[in-house]
Amino acid sequence: MSPENTEHTTASKPRVGLFATCLVDLFRPQVGFAAIKLIEASGCCVEVPENQTCCGQPAYNSGDRSDAAAIAKQVIAIFEDYDYVVVPSGSCAAMIARHYPELFDDAYWARRAMALSAKTYELTAFLYDVMGVRDVEAAFAGNVTYHDACSGLRELNVRDQPRELLKTVDGLAFTELKDADVCCGFGGTFCVKYPEISNAIVTKKTAAIAGSEADTLVAGDLGCLMNMAGKLQREGKHVHARHVAEVLAGMADSPAIGEAE
Amino acid sequence: MSQRETVLGKIRRGLASAKTAEARRDAVAQRLGQHPANTVPARGHVGQQARLDLFAKMAGKVSATVERVASASDLPETVAEYLRARNLPSDLRMGADRRLADLPWEKVPQLEVKHGPSDGRDHVGLSHAFGGAAETGTLFLLSGPDNPTTLNFLPDHHVVVVRASDIVGDYETLWNRLREHSGDDVLPRTVNLITGPSRSADIEQTLLLGAHGPRALHILIVEDA
Amino acid sequence: MSAPFLSQAFKENAVDALANVELQRALGHVERGFIQKRQKAVDALPEFDALRHEARAIKDHTLSHLDLYLEAFEGKARQAGAEVHWAETAADAREAVLSICRRVGAKTVTKGKSMISEEIGLNAFLEKSEIKPIETDLGEYIIQLRGEPPSHIIAPAVHVNRDQVEADFRRVHTHLDPKRDLADPVSLLSEARATLRDMFLAADVGITGANFLVAETGSSVIVTNEGNGDLTQILPRVHIVLASIEKVVPTLEDVSTLLRVLARSATGQELSVYTTFSTGRRRPGDEDGPEETHVILLDNGRSEMLANEFREMLRCIRCGACMNHCPIYHAIGGHAYGATYVGPMGAVLAPGLFGLENTANLPNASTFCGRCESVCPVEIPLPKLMRHWREREYERHLKPAAERNGLRIWAFLARRPKLYRLATRIGLKALHPFGRRRGRFSSLPLAGGWTGHRDMPAPAKTSFIDQWKARS
Repeated sequence: MSPENTEHTTASKPRVGLFATCLVDLFRPQVGFAAIKLIEASGCCVEVPENQTCCGQPAYNSGDRSDAAAIAKQVIAIFEDYDYVVVPSGSCAAMIARHYPELFDDAYWARRAMALSAKTYELTAFLYDVMGVRDVEAAFAGNVTYHDACSGLRELNVRDQPRELLKTVDGLAFTELKDADVCCGFGGTFCVKYPEISNAIVTKKTAAIAGSEADTLVAGDLGCLMNMAGKLQREGKHVHARHVAEVLAGMADSPAIGEAE
Repeated sequence: MSQRETVLGKIRRGLASAKTAEARRDAVAQRLGQHPANTVPARGHVGQQARLDLFAKMAGKVSATVERVASASDLPETVAEYLRARNLPSDLRMGADRRLADLPWEKVPQLEVKHGPSDGRDHVGLSHAFGGAAETGTLFLLSGPDNPTTLNFLPDHHVVVVRASDIVGDYETLWNRLREHSGDDVLPRTVNLITGPSRSADIEQTLLLGAHGPRALHILIVEDA
Repeated sequence: MSAPFLSQAFKENAVDALANVELQRALGHVERGFIQKRQKAVDALPEFDALRHEARAIKDHTLSHLDLYLEAFEGKARQAGAEVHWAETAADAREAVLSICRRVGAKTVTKGKSMISEEIGLNAFLEKSEIKPIETDLGEYIIQLRGEPPSHIIAPAVHVNRDQVEADFRRVHTHLDPKRDLADPVSLLSEARATLRDMFLAADVGITGANFLVAETGSSVIVTNEGNGDLTQILPRVHIVLASIEKVVPTLEDVSTLLRVLARSATGQELSVYTTFSTGRRRPGDEDGPEETHVILLDNGRSEMLANEFREMLRCIRCGACMNHCPIYHAIGGHAYGATYVGPMGAVLAPGLFGLENTANLPNASTFCGRCESVCPVEIPLPKLMRHWREREYERHLKPAAERNGLRIWAFLARRPKLYRLATRIGLKALHPFGRRRGRFSSLPLAGGWTGHRDMPAPAKTSFIDQWKARS
């Protein structure tokens, strides 16, 4: 499952462009490698265009439409030749799949945005819905609970796919999280613009997590995970946080998010 | 009329519709004239007995009490018994509705029947409903001298008679019956859709019955009519 | 009356709200009650989603023919003996109410719950004109006693606890025995009922809002559970309906569809207790009901929203489901918004009615979690519309300079992959050694908004892209 495998692709295998997301790129590279392993195992070949940066969400959600559109054009140009674009994040995937088409008034770019939108997927949805993956070859000794990050859940209907796949991990016990579909209070720049409100929301979330039986919190979005992990750690609650890709790929042996090597 | 023209002018400019004025007028005239039904919940589309059962179940869920009466001529005794069972004074007030006035009230001579609208001093108001919608256990009552609206709200107890044949599945059926009933006229001044007795949850979301309107709603379904 | 609650002070209001123990206790009721009740009602009606789509289509159709449906409504209402008044602004609507009250020599006015009345500041205006407005909805009555605006569009006193109501009643109802027992909510309700009953019977004018206007019949429709809106309109000699122009719908069939989604979305009821269709004035032969009926049609900025990217907001039927499901509302309640309309719907509507420069915080104070849109009975894309306000804010340079500059720098880098790679490489190199030992930071310069409340995971030593390149 090393990157070298991509050299032995056959023409019949779908070509997937991995959009790693800026948070994975800078904070948690192993999520990127885990995603590659999972996508390859599902029968695709994966490429990682090195000139990728950010999906433009911070600009878009702050009302800076022109910068968002400029970044979107760049992402479209980089990724539009792949059969699929897969993103280990519901919110960045939704930015491309749901919001890029809204950014353009001119028909030319709108058409290109629509075309990219149609083949862009969140990672677990891609594995489950597109590639038909029904079980993964991984082991994880622990009790896992899952938080539904908002964009993936409500904009892309990512709900059952990660749960179904997690339940096939050897040794993994799954516990539903109370109010799993309620926002964790991250919201991108929201959490630093309105820190007190964000804190009140994440405090409810960490209480729910600590109140579950789980020792590991899993989610599909690194921003939300960093928020929840940071709060759990500040509160001294001993629950580890990991991206769903790490667990599904059997690559959860490195330190959890925000933990020492 | 200047405010009128200003507001309508702003709306028209704001809409800047691509459709012609004529097409827009036609669309509106058609909708108003034909008043097409939208999706109607299937739950009311059942046979007569099941519909009555549904009506009673839905009304019961919202704390109304429902009693089936075999014949209209039994109503005076049924109403008198309702008052007795709740230790209420033996009087009630109702409007001029013939379906109520013509009942054999002489069967219950102890019961004082007053007529006309309520001034707030009555314990029990008796009304005859235009109909009932089984989908939510809702009564439709029409204002007028037959059934003054104050009777629906001021007395502590509201007793409503409805004919079994007037209980239909859904609101739409009753609107159509009301259109037939009123002909080309406009609706009565007030049409009250009533679903259970008055309530409030404004204090800590705790549900309490009898906020400003009746504390109790008792529905008498007359089967023979 | 509503002076202390300003949207411009949203951030400060929010901090105060989070520290307010009574408020936090009260907010627990919203989070638990409304959501479960709505879900139960939705689950019990298989057609609910179909009805939502239709409800949306009905409102869209009506809005795109709004001038014609308003004219149709006006014609029918006049035919039934109502007088129809048009008001371009809040001040126009207030004047229309006042002139009716003056003409009939009104001293006291009873009021059913009306958000339009709140929007135009009617109570304070009437009081200044020496006419006494009496709110009759229990929740509205409570907040009127407290001198507060509503904190929720359907549950105006949701921020108040039972013991606070008891204290308010003891303070105001001085004619009653001070030793009376008010420990039980039932006793509070009975006291309010008895007090208000006399006021209903004595009032000269009754004012209600309108949940809908029906063009086909010229009817105004109100929905209540208490029956106060009915006593408000059938007992006084004069009934005034305050309605904004987007309340009109075509037919009785259309209003039936909207009613089916309204109560279920709002309180989880299948239908509210009283749904009342009022058409004109008392008819010849009628022995009760108002002798005069007036309908005031208020624009107040709505015709502009009809013309711009906020038209979809005019579909709103004021059910409150968006705020009932909003994590921000759950955290801070309604007053912190400092506007008549609060929660997600308020964050979109308030800037349209009261100006973006006064309310810019509102559309920003959202995580875009999208739960509001997912429960909206008329499918208003609330996050999208909030984002549109942010776009206008950005275009008009209303954003703080630090935020604007930070975003611009990020966007500048994101558009230049080589520079981005270089800059992030330098950033990771600088930060990694400090975070490596614990794997996270407890405090970080320029990131106080984050580290004030939570730890910050340390960044990687080498970025994913660089690691990938090194491997392949």
